[in-house]
Amino acid sequence: MIETEIYSVLSEIFEDVFMREVALRPDLTAKDVDGWDSFKQIDIIISVEERFGIKAGTRDLDGLQSVGDLVRMIQSKTA
Amino acid sequence: MSTPTLNWLPPSEDWRDRINDFRKAEHPCWNSAVDLSRTRLDFIRTNVLDAAVARAFPRGPAGLGTKPIRLAVLGTSMTAHLQPGIRMGALRRGLWVTTYEPEYGQYLQDLLDPSSGLHRFEPNAILFALDSDTLTAGFEPSMTAAEADAAFDLTVQRIEQSWALAQDAFRSPIMMQTPMPVFPSLMGSNEHRLPGSRSNALIRLNVRLRSMADQASVDLVALDDRVASDGLDGWHDAALWHRAKQEVTPAATPVYGDLVARVLAAYQGRSAKCLVLDLDNTIWGGVVGDDGTDKLVLGQGSALGEAFVGVQRYAKNLAQRGVILAVCSKNDEANALEPFERHPDMILRRADIACFVANWTDKAANLRTIAERLNIGVDALVFLDDNPFERNLVRAALPEVAVPEVPDDPALIPRCLAAAGYFESLSITADDRARTAQYRDNEDRKAILASATDLPSYLRSLDMRLLWGPFDPVGLPRVIQLVNKTNQFNLTTRRITADEAEAVMGEPTNVGLQIRLLDRFGDNGMIAVVIGHLRGRDLVIETWLMSCRVLGRGVEDATLDLVVGEAERLGATRIVGEYRPSAKNGMVRDHYRKLGFTADREDDDAAWWTLALADRQRRETFMSVERSTSPDGLQNAGDSPA
Repeated sequence: MIETEIYSVLSEIFEDVFMREVALRPDLTAKDVDGWDSFKQIDIIISVEERFGIKAGTRDLDGLQSVGDLVRMIQSKTA
Repeated sequence: MSTPTLNWLPPSEDWRDRINDFRKAEHPCWNSAVDLSRTRLDFIRTNVLDAAVARAFPRGPAGLGTKPIRLAVLGTSMTAHLQPGIRMGALRRGLWVTTYEPEYGQYLQDLLDPSSGLHRFEPNAILFALDSDTLTAGFEPSMTAAEADAAFDLTVQRIEQSWALAQDAFRSPIMMQTPMPVFPSLMGSNEHRLPGSRSNALIRLNVRLRSMADQASVDLVALDDRVASDGLDGWHDAALWHRAKQEVTPAATPVYGDLVARVLAAYQGRSAKCLVLDLDNTIWGGVVGDDGTDKLVLGQGSALGEAFVGVQRYAKNLAQRGVILAVCSKNDEANALEPFERHPDMILRRADIACFVANWTDKAANLRTIAERLNIGVDALVFLDDNPFERNLVRAALPEVAVPEVPDDPALIPRCLAAAGYFESLSITADDRARTAQYRDNEDRKAILASATDLPSYLRSLDMRLLWGPFDPVGLPRVIQLVNKTNQFNLTTRRITADEAEAVMGEPTNVGLQIRLLDRFGDNGMIAVVIGHLRGRDLVIETWLMSCRVLGRGVEDATLDLVVGEAERLGATRIVGEYRPSAKNGMVRDHYRKLGFTADREDDDAAWWTLALADRQRRETFMSVERSTSPDGLQNAGDSPA
């Protein structure tokens, strides 16, 4: 899946989760976004799983630090 | 992986616009929040709506017609993520819920400590959400059968102790989530031969919980049943369990919350009471007016025909346990009735339908008529129709009516109705089993009324027999059920727990009357309850309620005779009645005036009325009144004298 498509779906997910537009970039992390706590992190991951039809494993969850990590995980699982 | 969804609710096409309108509104509207909650919310939308509602109504809405609920969720793992789903499930039913959860893992301490946050919260409902891991912590595969039995007994005891603690501390209903089968098997299909298996322990526990709950008057939230029907993968995510100790995956929380909210709604008598069926292409295939009875797709000969039989059988089974059935069809009445009378494969017969409306008027108007004829609220109706146009019309005109998104394939309709949980019930009585017959009898009575020349002669022609008695253990479950679900003819809408009902029996200065009515058309079952107590020389009536099925038949006058009799027996000189207005009981505003009481005093919440026994003018009632040991327990009261 090409990166721009992934970013466009992710933008929708972030807008649903945070109820506002969030400008996504690869190095964006939880501490850059107001309200992005561990609960919201899980909300984002489950939404990603449902929208992309993938399943994030325990190893994947531990490795997710930034939006870039998320995009790489989606790419590797939808390849 | 298939996530359980609120798939019986219609999807909201314009969610973003509607939620933004709600969030930005200067005067947020409660009803638009309720409308949003009645769309197919996933867990993200559930959380968003929950946060928006909390911001718009920090102290709850004004003038709500239901009792606000203060729910404590007592769990052994993460429960915070369960709460938005519960609150939105409640909102869907017009209920306002605030929730409390103890610090992580502290629920026992909170129960035991009278100064804890839990005690300060003063819950009026409690949900135990004990996770499978904690419940089976004592089990080891190496255990002998005796050791496993001891571990099992200990688990059972701990649960019973937790319930007892909560019941002693708070006189509130208690719910218990049944554990999900999260453990992989060690043996396989014959896992039950390994006594120390945790997976086997959960199966045993879920069986035992049914009888434990009945004994302790605890109500279950059956997660194990839902997992059996949806699959464990949709409900439990092992990766998330390890990461965040969320046993129910957040994705399933809208459905989890709806399951809890159904029980909360049942406590307040807010479960639906009547299933209204469309006919053509809903309970049979084809259009009877066009195709004729003989050409309908129903029963033997086709899979589709069998599927429609399945829909009818499910409706019939619901009726057999107390759900009222009605028909609302765009048809000429004669055409609509014909299959009921002569199609050999019809499961439903005319006698199963308490109210049959077939005409060309719009369905919203007809649904109003059905509710009026059955004397129930429009919000007690569930409308089943294959036609999306009719469904949307009814949703727009009568948002209170529950209108499920019916699957195209009739084979899937029974499961859809079951999953939606509209008719959640906590107990079953003999009256439930005879309900449709009772309502149908009422329709027959109305037919006689139309031909009778005057009311007294009509009432006399009914050969009514009123059986009454003090509360007793046999009738008590029905008393409690009636008290907790009657909304309209209910002077004070005071609800009652099993303990409180038993307390009424225990004290000689208390009065608890259960009243049953029979007539030539059948047995109406228990139809009225009065609870009062002697204070000085006053008999104070705390609760007076009656089933609307028997309105206009003089039961009120006959009941007053009984209350007067009790007052005299206890040496009272006055009866004091109270009226507490609610959103639904306007019909009894003048109840005491009509019975000859005098207005006494009034405040913002209630009005009090008095009747001096010396001044009472007795009125003629048109029934025989008979004392009976247990009016609800007489199985064949119609045949045998009480």
